Amino acid sequence: MRSPVAAAVAIAFGLVVLIGYLVPAGFPGADIAYMVRSVLVGWAVILAGVAALVGVLSLFLTHLTRITAKKNPDRYSILVVAAFLFTVGLGIYEYEFQPSAAQFQKVVLAVQVPVEAALMGLLVVTLTFASVRLFQRRKGLMAGVFIASALVFLLIGSGLLAPLRQVGPLAALLDFVQYLPVAGGRGILIGIALGSLTAGLRVLFGADRPYSG
Amino acid sequence: MNMVQTLLGLILVVLAAGLMLVLSLPRLRKAKRVFRTIPALQGLRRSIGRSVEEGGRIHVSIGKASIFSPTNASALVGLNTVDRIAQFSSVSDRPPVVTSGDGTLSILSQDTLRGAYRAANALEQYDPERGRLAGPTPFSYVAGTLPVIRSERVSTNVLLGNFGPEVALMVDAADRQNAFALAASDALAAQAVLYATAKESLIGEELFALPAYLQSGPVYQASLTIQDVLRWVVVALMIAGTVLAVLGITF
Repeated sequence: MRSPVAAAVAIAFGLVVLIGYLVPAGFPGADIAYMVRSVLVGWAVILAGVAALVGVLSLFLTHLTRITAKKNPDRYSILVVAAFLFTVGLGIYEYEFQPSAAQFQKVVLAVQVPVEAALMGLLVVTLTFASVRLFQRRKGLMAGVFIASALVFLLIGSGLLAPLRQVGPLAALLDFVQYLPVAGGRGILIGIALGSLTAGLRVLFGADRPYSG
Repeated sequence: MNMVQTLLGLILVVLAAGLMLVLSLPRLRKAKRVFRTIPALQGLRRSIGRSVEEGGRIHVSIGKASIFSPTNASALVGLNTVDRIAQFSSVSDRPPVVTSGDGTLSILSQDTLRGAYRAANALEQYDPERGRLAGPTPFSYVAGTLPVIRSERVSTNVLLGNFGPEVALMVDAADRQNAFALAASDALAAQAVLYATAKESLIGEELFALPAYLQSGPVYQASLTIQDVLRWVVVALMIAGTVLAVLGITF
């Protein structure tokens, strides 16, 4: 049995925030609704910060457990734990003893940015291979349409067809074609928005409880 | 938002809420609803069954959207999927593992796992380490998830939530392990990447159909019907808006 108190709190706070968004400006009580909404959202932001801290601590403890595991200890976790302790130690020192933490930010970014850039490079290679293998994975009309549209919009976006804009009717045609991905994207986003709406309402009705209480 | 936008939003929310209440009535909820076949979801059900029988692990990755961000609805679907999969696999030797890229999601995934095991009368199987924060930034999230896919004998991967194009690295890792991977995201860039890289992917609002196809309950099936109704309402509003704009009437 899930806790009815947790559900009641979630539903009540959700409804108050929703009303804060949907009450039209100038409506009696609108100012109070906006104020209550902003206070609740502020609390939520603080909670999110605490949750991030708990999550990071949980990550640290998971890797600590892996290092000390009797069966198959994970040696890579030593790197994670050492990097974590070094970063936390340096951060505390900088914020405590230096007027600004600019040096600390610089050190962290000097490690993080190249590592993420390397992963982006890896991603480019992965995507290139995936596009080559697309016809092995997916057969049929849709795969052909996907590849054709990717090539067409790549060509238009690259600016190689810019000289064609000098030819009267072609300029209008190119403008029309350029709008097609925007229209398609909006269509997909409308579907996502409707799905999000029903998912939110399920939480407000207590039918979907992403908490055990 | 101006007055008209606020009112339209209000109408859509009230209409959806009303429909959800009506379609959840006991008499109507018994009505059999037939859904179209989505091969990716059929494949997922088969793969979950195979994983439970053969002792493989199921890995669910629920994205990096904070529960406070506008893109959190996909995370709610992910958490519901975690709940269903944990219940399906409560008899399995290897409990499912959940990874996420946000602190709140990792806490909620742990809580969801605990709730699912409690519902299945198998609370002793609950291990908080199975709901993990893989990394707090998009690429650290991917970097933290790759070892899970590679080294924890995962045979089924469900990647469901808010991802960026970097999700391709996860799909590729699953592919190299010959593991089943179903991937879906609410982000357009990730959907395009997943269409090219994943064997099984969901496009657009198909993501929100997953709980209904995993038989999470009548309210999820009602939600799909409501989405269909609202889609037509939005189409009608768009046509009406276009006609009014052509006539020179703007708000």
